[in-house]
Amino acid sequence: MKFGVLVFPGTWSDRDCGWVVDQVLGEQLTYLWHKDADLKGCDCVILPGGFAYGDYLRTGAIARFAPVMEKVGEFADRGGLVWGICNGFQILCEAGLLPGALIRNASLEFRCQWTNLMVDRNDLPYTSQCAEREVIRVPISHGEGSYFADPATLSRLEQNGQVVFRYCDADGRVTPGANPNGSLHNIAGIVNKRGNVLGMMPHPERCSEPELGGTDGLKLFRSVVESATRALVS
Amino acid sequence: MIAKVIVTPKPVVNDPQGNTVKQGLASLGFREVSDVRVGKYIEVSLDAPSEHEARQRVEAMCQQLLANHVIEDFHFEIEHEGRHQR
Repeated sequence: MKFGVLVFPGTWSDRDCGWVVDQVLGEQLTYLWHKDADLKGCDCVILPGGFAYGDYLRTGAIARFAPVMEKVGEFADRGGLVWGICNGFQILCEAGLLPGALIRNASLEFRCQWTNLMVDRNDLPYTSQCAEREVIRVPISHGEGSYFADPATLSRLEQNGQVVFRYCDADGRVTPGANPNGSLHNIAGIVNKRGNVLGMMPHPERCSEPELGGTDGLKLFRSVVESATRALVS
Repeated sequence: MIAKVIVTPKPVVNDPQGNTVKQGLASLGFREVSDVRVGKYIEVSLDAPSEHEARQRVEAMCQQLLANHVIEDFHFEIEHEGRHQR
């Protein structure tokens, strides 16, 4: 399958994501520039971490107006896989492809640390290789990752089962102590209702090889490959 | 004309910056402070045939870009250039 990794001025995790796609998975990779007018036939578009357009005004606020984002929106509407990681999650929220917003960490600190994530949904193209309610270990690296949505939106997310990952302790307990940034309901990642657009603050591309201290992130990449292969066969 | 736009976090949104500034003020002895909210100030210079039209345009700018309605409120004033000196 073919992954497209989106690059805005200020993106910094594009090469890490690209490395996992072509060096670790051996899948096709193309980088998509923010001014590109098409998605070059990609099966999955990744919006990586960083500080697109310097995060001026608000995180992701300017990036959503990039020419390529119109194509990303159309691709998502057609059911294409759109995966926002960290700054990518912030951009998807600003673009209205996912509900809510990411605000300053409650601690006011930039947090760069390992977190444990409860996988609430393993029936998605992104999580099919995870066990039911598996706890995976994935690092975060952000200053503005505190998930916020109004009460009505939050309860809709919960009712629809749109929360995919929650910060938890090593035993899978979703507690305030396991929440690194003040996210409501310990939310670390959500999908749209259809399940094809995922946004998550933790960085799976940074834990996809043993040399990096963990390989849980690779399960998500492998899930995407497996779901695309299945789609081709069926 | 100049639009002076003020963007603030919604009351329901936790504002850790505001809380920290409040604590700082308290430690300086400003005990009367009950709350602090930290927002943004944006100046937009624009051409518009009337103040009414300018208001409509700036309202649209706030809705579409300057503020994120999920987490922020906004208000603004329109000033005619030259009326106020810096």
